[in-house]
Amino acid sequence: MTDDIKAIIKDVILTEFLPGEDPEELTDATPLITGGILDSIATLKLVMFIEERFGITLQAHEVDPEHLDTIAQIAQLIRAKRS
Amino acid sequence: MVAPTALHLPFMHAARQYPDHTAVIEPGKGSISYRELAAISDEVRDRLHADGVRPGDRVGLCLNKSIDTVATIYGILKTGAAYVPVDPGAPPARSAYILNNCEVKVAIIGRRFEDKLRAELEKLGSVPSLFVLDDTGNGAALRVALDGAGAIRPASSSVTKVPAPHELAYILYTSGSTGKPKGVMLSHENAVSFVDWCSEVFSPQTSDRFSSHAPFHFDLSILDIHVPLKHGATLVLVTEDIGKDPGRLAPLIAEQAITCWYSAPSILSLLAQYGNLDRHDYSALRLVLFAGEVFPVKHLRTLTTLLPMPEYFNLYGPTETNVCTFYQVSLPIPDERTVPFPIGKVCSHLEARVLDEAGREVLRGDEGELCISGRGVMQGYWSLPDQTSRAFHPDESDKRWYKTGDIVVQTPDGDYTYLGRRDRMIKRRGYRVELGEIEAGLYRHPMVKEAAVIALADEEAGNRVKAFLSCRAITHPSLIEMKRFCAQNLPLYMIPDQFVWCDALPKTSTDKVDYQRLKEMD
Repeated sequence: MTDDIKAIIKDVILTEFLPGEDPEELTDATPLITGGILDSIATLKLVMFIEERFGITLQAHEVDPEHLDTIAQIAQLIRAKRS
Repeated sequence: MVAPTALHLPFMHAARQYPDHTAVIEPGKGSISYRELAAISDEVRDRLHADGVRPGDRVGLCLNKSIDTVATIYGILKTGAAYVPVDPGAPPARSAYILNNCEVKVAIIGRRFEDKLRAELEKLGSVPSLFVLDDTGNGAALRVALDGAGAIRPASSSVTKVPAPHELAYILYTSGSTGKPKGVMLSHENAVSFVDWCSEVFSPQTSDRFSSHAPFHFDLSILDIHVPLKHGATLVLVTEDIGKDPGRLAPLIAEQAITCWYSAPSILSLLAQYGNLDRHDYSALRLVLFAGEVFPVKHLRTLTTLLPMPEYFNLYGPTETNVCTFYQVSLPIPDERTVPFPIGKVCSHLEARVLDEAGREVLRGDEGELCISGRGVMQGYWSLPDQTSRAFHPDESDKRWYKTGDIVVQTPDGDYTYLGRRDRMIKRRGYRVELGEIEAGLYRHPMVKEAAVIALADEEAGNRVKAFLSCRAITHPSLIEMKRFCAQNLPLYMIPDQFVWCDALPKTSTDKVDYQRLKEMD
């Protein structure tokens, strides 16, 4: 289940924000926001995608590097919201 | 009485003083003394006079760099006409446009360019008188052409003219925003005031050997040619094929015992990286001058570490003013320095002001556009009165200030620091971003060899920033690695949206990064 979520998130990040990148370079622990991959607009786009795809709502305070900086963190947040 | 200021007079004076000194060397082909160069340029003058060239005319040049070319430049100046050098490597249609645009009376061209150039000139409906040299080299081809069947030997020789200070010495064409090249008109006073400033700051000696690396249609050539030949020194021509090859250029500089080197930073970067400079003897080299673009600090550090003895000067200025500010780099360059060096203080024959968008002088420490006034500033653009008047800001006393288009800030010690082109400033997420600053950030990455950044209009983001890079290794860093590196070195709003790796960045004929081509690559 978590692996499925991770795969979906990884796929959307590669397609939307890292076109042409080798998928193996993007790991569960790659820093997304602090690593310059997601800027503020990209982060908002990702949040909108997550909310729609997983039917959850993220609070404003959750949209920050503390909660969304890696694929592992994002998957954990989604899982917590859905349980 | 004001002393005559024509550009060719100092050379003529030096030729009388040092007739046996070597004036110009063309490595591998030959050399010419001051006496011979003066004599053959007199013959060019007479030939052009016989062809109808008179003071105030223009004479085109489409020749590879050679001793013949230097002789024709002085021959043209001695008639009182202005010389118009075109890039022999440029498309013939562009060269024909230039020769036609400024209505040259005669064009002196190499045989290999003749057919295509003539065809393009015919399309434009007017072919000037062509003086064709079979080859270029040590002066022999010019001699043959002057003596040849087509040459009219004038019964009596003409005399060398001394034009008024405001009359044109040369016209250099630069790329115009409309896509058509525009002719920057420089007078004898413009040129001589610059050459005299060089004498004051660089103290040329008869024993000096100056490099001529830049092509003759590029404004660096004014210093290259006219400074050494004013002082009885020697000019060493570096032809284009060797000039771009660090493996051949590095030994040439040593073997020719060059004392004063002047070029764009890009070739110096290549020499530092690939020239094996530690294998050659550069003890003669006393001055390294560079101009034309920002010298990335890491390459300058490598160069100055390998060659710590010469003095290094950053010269700054558009073709419209030639060099207008200068800065001597203090050595050694600290490891922690990553920001480029200032462009320095204004040259003594010019004045500088920093103006805001409304044309008001800003307070020291505030940024604004660098504007230049004085004896070195161009007369205008050839037959473009509107563009000429837009290029200047007239002040309350009707003094003309040339607007460089460069944004600078003046530090408390009086040095100007270049921030970027007015037209390379973009707004991104509400922040003002200078694309050169992003480039400087990318250069900090150890694998990055070259970096150039362009902004493209984007409906969603306003501006999309695209970085073009070349790499020191075969495998380049991943996109994630580059983004992470940028996030550590630049504000987030400056991180490029796209990274494109190239084998090498495209360059213009003057060896600067060709931003136009990069935009077309999109």
